[in-house]
This record gives sequence, C-alpha cells and structure tokens, in this order.
Amino acid sequence: MRSLFFRKRREASQKPSGGESRISAPKASAPGIKLETRDLNFYYGEKQVLKNISLKIREKQITAIIGPSGCGKSTFLRTFNRMNDLIPGARLEGEVLLDGKNIYDPDVDVVELRRRVGMVFQQPNPFPMSIYDNVAFGPKMLGLNRKRDLDEIVERSLKLAGLWDEVKDDLRKSGLALSGGQQQRLCIARVLAVEPEVLLLDEPCANLDPISSLKIEELLFRLKEHYTIVIVTHNLQQAARISDWTAFLLMGEIIESGPTGEIFTRPKDPRTEQYITGRFG
Amino acid sequence: MRFKAESLILNFIRAMGLVAVFIPLFMILYVLAEGLPVVNFEFLFTPPKGGLSAEGGISSCTIATLWLLGFTMLILIPLGIGAGIYLAEYAPENKLTGLIRYCIDLLAGIPSVIFGAFGFIAFVVSLKLGYSILAGALTLAILLLPFLVRTTEEALRSVPRTYREAALSLGATRWQALRYVLLPAALPGILTGIILCIGRVFAESAPLWLTMGGSAETPLSPLDPGRSLAVHIFYLAMETRAPEKAMGTGAVLILIILILNFLVRWISAKVRRL
Repeated sequence: MRSLFFRKRREASQKPSGGESRISAPKASAPGIKLETRDLNFYYGEKQVLKNISLKIREKQITAIIGPSGCGKSTFLRTFNRMNDLIPGARLEGEVLLDGKNIYDPDVDVVELRRRVGMVFQQPNPFPMSIYDNVAFGPKMLGLNRKRDLDEIVERSLKLAGLWDEVKDDLRKSGLALSGGQQQRLCIARVLAVEPEVLLLDEPCANLDPISSLKIEELLFRLKEHYTIVIVTHNLQQAARISDWTAFLLMGEIIESGPTGEIFTRPKDPRTEQYITGRFG
Repeated sequence: MRFKAESLILNFIRAMGLVAVFIPLFMILYVLAEGLPVVNFEFLFTPPKGGLSAEGGISSCTIATLWLLGFTMLILIPLGIGAGIYLAEYAPENKLTGLIRYCIDLLAGIPSVIFGAFGFIAFVVSLKLGYSILAGALTLAILLLPFLVRTTEEALRSVPRTYREAALSLGATRWQALRYVLLPAALPGILTGIILCIGRVFAESAPLWLTMGGSAETPLSPLDPGRSLAVHIFYLAMETRAPEKAMGTGAVLILIILILNFLVRWISAKVRRL
C-alpha cells in the first residue's frame, strides 16, 4: 500500500508541474468499467434498503444517482467504500467489483480500499485542525512525513480543489473557520491528497449556497479527467448539468439508468418521467 | 402574561446561577483568608510535631499527598482511559458489556469508606503492603476508576460521528482515526475527568486513613505510610486546639489543586499540538 503511494508520488514529482500535466492525459475512446454492482441487496436488520441493484460505473466519467429522499441513494453510495460496515446490524448480499475485484471478498484490505475510493460527505466535515493538517492528514496516515513532500501535496491538492488562492496565506488557520463552500472544497482537497481512483460524493452541495454549489460543479467537471466520480444528488438540474450517466433509484431499486441525455429527454420508464418532471419526490 | 412568566423564570435561573457561583467562591476565599496568615516558611517546610496546639508544619503531609497523587494517577490513567476507549470504540454492544457498564455505574455510587475497608483488607492485610502510599494509591485508583472510565467513554461518544467517518474514508486505520482525530477531539472531556480525579485524590480522607495510616513521618518510598493533607486537616480539626492550622492546611491544599489544574491544561495544550 505504502510502496504504491510512494511510486505514484515519485511519478508525479518527476513531471515538471505535478497536477497540470495529468490533465492533458489522453482520454480513452470507450470508457472502461471502473465499478460494478451485481445483484446487490442491502439490509438494515430486517429492513431491505437496496434491492437487486446491478449497475456499471464508467471510468473517468461522472455518474449521478438521483432519487427522492430515503430511496437508499446514500446507502448505495456507501457500499462502494464499505462505509456501511460501521453500522451495526447492516448486511449485504451480492458483489461490488472495483476493477473486476469484489471489494467484499474477505481478503480485501478495507483501509486500502477506502484510500482508493475516496468520499465527500453531505455535511462538510473538516477535522478541527488547521487547513494544512486537514489536507496532510491522509498522506500522513500512509506514513509520509517529510515536510517538503507534504507541502507539495497540500499545495497541489488545494490547487486541484480550487481553494489554494483563497487560503494560501493562512494555511495554519483552522479548517472550521472557512465558509461552508470552502469547507467542502477543503474536504475535496483532503480526499485528493491521498490520490484516490474513485470519488464518491454524497450530496456535496446540499448545504451550500448556489454560488458555492456552482464552484463545486466546475471543480467536479475538471476532476473527471483523472477520477471516476459518483455523485448522489437530489438536485436534478445539477445531475443534468454535470453527469455523463444517470441512475434513477426509487425505493431501493434502480428504475432506469443510462446516458444522462437520454434519461432526461427520453426516459423509458413512466416513473422516471414523473420524477424528473417534478411530479413527486 | 407570557412575558411575565418568561422573565420570572429567567430571573430565577439567574439567581440560582449566582448562588451556585457564590457559595464555592465564598468558601475558597474564606479558607484562604483564614488559613493564609498561618502559612509561612516554617509551616510549609517542617513536619508536624503533634501536641494539642499542633506545633510544626505540614511538609510531610504535602510530600505524602504528592506521592499519593503520582502513584494513583500512574495506576488510574492507563486503566481508566484504556477501559473507556475500549467501551466506546471496540466493545461490542451485548449483554456482557451492558453488565460491565452497569457494574461501573454501581461502583461509582458506593461510599468511599467502603473502598477504604476493601483496600485495608485487600492491600494492607492480604497483599501485606501494610499502611503505605501504594496501598492508598491502589485503593483510590479503584475508587476513581468507574468515574474516569465513564468520562472517557462519554467524551469519545460525544465526538461527532462525521469525524470518525471522514478519518476512515481517508484510509486511516481504526487506531489512527482514534489516535489522531477522536482522542484529540475528546481530550478536553477526558482532561476534565482527570482534573476532577486529581481533586478527589486531594479530597478523600476516610479510605486513606484506612490504607495509608496516619503517620506524620516524611514518607521516603511508596511503601512507607503517610498522612495526606486531607487526613491531616481531619486530625487537626478533631484532635487539636488549632483550627487556624487546619484552615492553613486547607489553603495550601486549594492552592496546590489550582496549580495542578493549570499545569494539566498547559500540558494538554502542548500535547494537542503534536
């Protein structure tokens, strides 16, 4: 785990300008499958929350999961980095494949998995530490301690998250002193610092004002060059604006999924049409 | 009408608040005012000589108290914080841990003199420690353990769930999340618990009388008997005609507690930055 991290770090530092060089990386013509669920069932105790979900998530694309409150969107998202493991009484059936490997196999290292599949939460949740320490947290937990390396990671991550110019003069300030939108971008920078492959976002803009939301959207648009992004949202305009693929979840079932353009213009299922035209939810 | 009731309640609460602040403040000031005049170099640095007018000072008692504090904390802190972390973070929710919690709460309600009697039988007699600082420290550690365990557990439980999730989602191990996020966030609560325990070490007299004895000699090792400051105050008040010396000892006790409180806060501020 650690050696992979350092290898990636070395590659990054050999290039003249870390982050930017990766933006021009050639895009695969047919996006591969990064994540896939097969017959996924999920229970809280006796209550079944997810029913037979089979869904493919394309690499370096934005997939939006939409649906009314309480339909299981967040639970579904959390199966991708096994955050549901923390909940007592939760049970899962089926498979979740990351690069073809079931992440619920007993030999999977959950810590390593969560490093590869980063998550941003609905409520911005920076640690009660400085901005710098928030971003450096992940790399430090991986054993990276050299100040020069950390400085570089912090700067690159904050730049990637579009927060650098706003905070570069007071990196020692508490992360909690930032505004809500800035805190959320700090949380994104904090995830980027561990160089994940997949970014899961659980209604990242639900508690933000429209301008801050827009900044996050622009950010996600830039980030999809490098990352596979799955975003849960109940803001339909947002889903339509930023996502390449959309899955509509209702009562724990996938009703319909496909390219965002088709879902929003030519939905096949009448329930999808009702939902996107605002007749319920 | 509604406003009237509102302001009545507000004034009542305000008055209660003032009383709650005033009583301890008055007590502290009274003890200091009565006690400080007898506190001088001789009082602080000579051992008590005994007698009805309580000649001499309190040096041996201060030393015994500090010995006691050190050893109690040495035993108490790892046990109490360790058990608290276990209950909050690692223990499964089942009948056994429920029983453990129940016993801990029960233990917290038992009068301290019973712990003293237990300590006397278990440590002084059975373990053949005799009247000693160590026997006193072991007894106090057991006495304070339930409180510290519960304070630590509550402090950890009150850390927002989102911190734990954020740490784990960044690829921190459970221990790293605990060490670098949860414990620092819970530290103020845990420290308050430790400070209150320190206060209890200074305050207890009955269990110490039963386990540490009442020797006014200066203890040279943790296996020596000793008389803590609180026990000395009890002795001065009951057996001598020098109540002002009891007040003086009380004043010193209060000052030591104040200094230690500041010390703990200062150390914690340093630790937090690591």
